[in-house]
Amino acid sequence: MSEYTERLLTNSPRKDANDRFRLIWLIIIPLIAILFQVYIPRFLSFLSYLELPLLITVHFALARRGPIAAVLYGMSIGLVQDSLSDQPIGMFGIAKTLVGYFAASVSMRFDVENPLVTFILSFFFYFFHQFFYWVLARALLGEAMLFDTQQTLIFGLLNAAVALPLFRILDKLKVAG
Amino acid sequence: MDFFLSRYRNLSVLLIVIVGQLLLIAYQVKSRKNVPMLRVWAVTAVTPVETSLEFVRRHTWGYVADYFVLLNVRSQNEKLKHENGQLKLDNQYLKAELSTADRAQALSVFQARSPSKTLAARVIGNGTAANSKVVFVDRGSASGVESGMAVVTPDGIVGKVVDAYPTASFVMLITDGNFAAGVVSEKNHVRGTLKGVGHSQCQVEYVQNEEKVDVGEWLYTSGDDRIFPKGFPVGQVSVVRAGKTFKEIYVTPSGLQGGVDEVLIVLQGVHQPIPDAASAAPGYKILPAPTDTSASAQTPQAAAGQPSVLVTDADKLREQYKQAAADQKHVFGEGAVGSKPPDFTKIQGIRGATPPTQPPPAAPKQSAPNTQPAATAATGTTPNTGATPAAKPAASKPPTPDAVSASAPPKAKPRPTSPILITDPTDADPDAVPPAPKSEKPAAKPPVIRQPNPGNP
Repeated sequence: MSEYTERLLTNSPRKDANDRFRLIWLIIIPLIAILFQVYIPRFLSFLSYLELPLLITVHFALARRGPIAAVLYGMSIGLVQDSLSDQPIGMFGIAKTLVGYFAASVSMRFDVENPLVTFILSFFFYFFHQFFYWVLARALLGEAMLFDTQQTLIFGLLNAAVALPLFRILDKLKVAG
Repeated sequence: MDFFLSRYRNLSVLLIVIVGQLLLIAYQVKSRKNVPMLRVWAVTAVTPVETSLEFVRRHTWGYVADYFVLLNVRSQNEKLKHENGQLKLDNQYLKAELSTADRAQALSVFQARSPSKTLAARVIGNGTAANSKVVFVDRGSASGVESGMAVVTPDGIVGKVVDAYPTASFVMLITDGNFAAGVVSEKNHVRGTLKGVGHSQCQVEYVQNEEKVDVGEWLYTSGDDRIFPKGFPVGQVSVVRAGKTFKEIYVTPSGLQGGVDEVLIVLQGVHQPIPDAASAAPGYKILPAPTDTSASAQTPQAAAGQPSVLVTDADKLREQYKQAAADQKHVFGEGAVGSKPPDFTKIQGIRGATPPTQPPPAAPKQSAPNTQPAATAATGTTPNTGATPAAKPAASKPPTPDAVSASAPPKAKPRPTSPILITDPTDADPDAVPPAPKSEKPAAKPPVIRQPNPGNP
């Protein structure tokens, strides 16, 4: 195992860190993300590809490193998203619950402050989120949704690119525990 | 269980959350019900913020956007004005095209329905003379146009061709001062001469003050001028005044209303009937002709016991003219403009009927087909225009009872006691020397009832 690999995995300087957020930010930030998703594309339609609630969930799970908190946080954001959609409540909730759980689990082994890791994880979880939502829609609702792999990959890259500066900004709001 | 929950706490929570949401979805899908509470919360939490954001945006960025929008208003206004003017021009052009298409369609329909043979033409220019009302049309002698042909539209007559060039023709409009045409009124069939006076109206001359012509009455071509076929509309009477001898009548030409663009040149005219007017001479009543008992007593119908047919003098004259035309192989309504008309001066039967001869044998008359018009049967005159069997070669026509009578000794031509239709100056003088065929006919006997000619219809 190389030095770089060790630094990425086991010897992460933030292995034991348990970053905390003020409660107010835990409420406002997802609300802003959801507002951004439902309001901004009215004027800037090209920003509709951004899945900010997902990125907030990923960031919280990676920063918090607690699977249970990440699960509940992801579930809450997902349910609010479902509430503002025309789909049955729980679709985004399940998807973001799983994302939060896996992101929190991954954060235990990776140095999530590394930009490359952040980029890869953001891309992966975006793809996973979209794919799992598609599976749920087909399996639970019987909807004939199309899954455009190429478009999903491209949007995943764009969301990952947005995630890098976004995570930097959100890191400023953390309170070291 | 406690061990499992404590050992796999994270996974247990995940499973519980996932299963709980799955049950929630299953409940919504199965019951087709919503979870209004969650949605109300979410909407209540989000929409006020959204409203505030929209308010802020409208009063900040909206003003900025309006400012940038107003920056371009002047240029956009100029651009829109220019575009509006262009659209108006296009609209006028399209309306003109549509009007042209409508006129062309009307012209085509009229051309198809008119019995006259016509040729469509388009006005391509005006004459250069100051006071003349002449135009150029794009059809000339190469298309069969000749001088003297009538030019009409579905609305009425337009003028006549005065010069035909290979590719164009010169058409004198009916408003030209040199134009003249015979017209007849719609109601009382008063005849007159239409003349152009150089402006938009035409004058009808030679209508006696005693004749009745009303304002608004339609005038039609009478066919007397041998240019315009009978029955084409000319226009409506706009002014009627009594003059010294003749009425002063002005007509608004119907064919020139709205300008003349497309016209029809009448290559071969066919006379048409004058449309009847509902209020034509309400004070007159035409009674049937009186029965000529003496004549009908000697007609073959009377001889055969059949009832005689009542006819008027006009019917008799008409039959005579038809007979004359038929003898000269002329068919009314056919023949090009300028073709030779039938020679009605050769009608002899109306001058003096041949004297009565001995009654022919009854058997052949009764057995022959009854094709003689009743008019001749009633009066005893024969519309034979010099084509009597005696004047024609015997081989060309089978012998008829007339031939029998013509073979009788010639008699002097009598003075007619019935009204004479003078169609030839020579006929006005009954003492004039008749032409050669007439010399073969008896001339000295007074007119009496002549036997009908069943073999010569």
